[in-house]
Amino acid sequence: MHDHCDISPTATDAVIRMADLTVGYGSHPAIHHMNCALQPGSLTAIVGPNGSGKSTLIKSITGLLKPMSGRCLRPKGVSLAYLPQQSELDRSFPARVIDLVSLGLWPRRGLLGRHTAQDKAAVAGALEAVGLAGFEKRPIDSLSGGQLQRALFARVLVQDADVILLDEPFNAVDAKTIGDLLALIARWHAEGRTVVTVAHDLDLVRAHFPQAMLLARRLIAFGPTAQVVTPENMRRARQFQEAWDESAPWCSADGKLHGHAPALVPADKAA
Amino acid sequence: MADLLLAPFVEFAFMQRALLGALLLSLSACPVGVFLMLRRMSLTGDAMSHAILPGAAAGFLLYGLEIVPMTIGGLIAGALVAVGAGAVARLTVQKEDASMAAFYLISLAIGVVMVSLRGSSVDLMHVLFGTVLALNDAALVLIALVAGVTLAMLAVFWRALVAECLDPLFLRSVSRLGTPAHFIFLGLVVINLVAGFQALGTLLSVGLMVLPAAAARFWVNDVMGMSALAVAIGIVSSVSGLLLSYHASLPSGPAIILSAGVVYILSVLLGRRGVIATNLPRRKHRTA
Repeated sequence: MHDHCDISPTATDAVIRMADLTVGYGSHPAIHHMNCALQPGSLTAIVGPNGSGKSTLIKSITGLLKPMSGRCLRPKGVSLAYLPQQSELDRSFPARVIDLVSLGLWPRRGLLGRHTAQDKAAVAGALEAVGLAGFEKRPIDSLSGGQLQRALFARVLVQDADVILLDEPFNAVDAKTIGDLLALIARWHAEGRTVVTVAHDLDLVRAHFPQAMLLARRLIAFGPTAQVVTPENMRRARQFQEAWDESAPWCSADGKLHGHAPALVPADKAA
Repeated sequence: MADLLLAPFVEFAFMQRALLGALLLSLSACPVGVFLMLRRMSLTGDAMSHAILPGAAAGFLLYGLEIVPMTIGGLIAGALVAVGAGAVARLTVQKEDASMAAFYLISLAIGVVMVSLRGSSVDLMHVLFGTVLALNDAALVLIALVAGVTLAMLAVFWRALVAECLDPLFLRSVSRLGTPAHFIFLGLVVINLVAGFQALGTLLSVGLMVLPAAAARFWVNDVMGMSALAVAIGIVSSVSGLLLSYHASLPSGPAIILSAGVVYILSVLLGRRGVIATNLPRRKHRTA
């Protein structure tokens, strides 16, 4: 039932630690009894088929999703920036690019803290870094998809977080933008931040991410990219059943139950 | 001209009080209306204005046409509906539009039943449409208090309210203030509606909240500017509505809302983002 990865989940210096983590929707797990640890300063790509639990894992690291069992831990004081796959950003909201990017100052200034000249310089620097200098006053509803993604990366830059979680940041952006975004990710890595990115393009993962995590509801493989993204591992990941099985058997691991009904039916007979 | 515009306010104390009440209401209800619109909750404001009716009616049944009991009753009913609808929306799959509609319909039905149990239709008309020309000291104090609280809360929670509208998921990832900000905002909607119903009635107090904000959207594209313009439109509508009411012997509440409605229609047509400007063929353009 348990999947163990190369790096011990009990590692004390880990920046993110998943201990027997199960997260899901209703009583159905999208991440099943996962044990894993991410080292500070690591650059990891999460890969796996659709529905394999990549976004769910990212959301449980942020704390936006509560685990059904197990835990997802990070040391106190470690700050986190999260760029969701499906942003709830309201593009018709009357805001300028600079307003959107300045939201990234929230962890530092909060509700009432005044934005100092230094903060404003940080925002200007971030816009410059993502290639949006001069776009400060443009309304966000006039941005293209790629420009919006650049602006959201600028917001992550401004957040200045220790751990950066990016959920499919390369979707629907052109090659030039992907290149620029990868350069930013490399910069964060060089600065010693921990970066976790969900990606589908395996060539891109091989070229730019030293470490990879292959998911298929459970952890299939985790470690150096060349050892994780192999034809054999990818074949194993594809075999997992994405189909929603309403009457999937109840899981009992180590005698601990999650779900809300007693597991009276033996697992092999329930299906 | 001066006679027409100034004399009514100079000569009559009741006009001065009406003006003061309407100005204070504009100052506080119009910015709230801007956020209501940006959160796509303009119709929620309308629903809330119906929701406070049974509370006001209960106060009326027990104490007659007295502002304090009617206000407290309205506040309680409004808070119940806002919290109930908000809780159903946040805790279940049902969205806030449906839960709000359910709660306010129940509330409105209770309110109408209560008013019709006792009292005449004249009383019902008063509760529904208010009388800005008969604001007493207690009502003015209440409106001033509500305006003060609203402006203070908006100033404190401004950043959270903007972030919660612009990118709620982001706000949740960096702060726990999203949900409190939402309920504080609903609270502001309720107290402004309650403050407005003495002057404009339950049905029309939402008009001063929604119409200036909706009109301002056609002219400016930032939240602060929109709020300022909405307040200005609210003030102009209040003054012109009161004058219209005075000179043409119209009921004051509807006259104010009608004035705001005229500004809205003009903005729809003539605004920088209005029908005409956005649909004119634009041949002149820059190179990039």
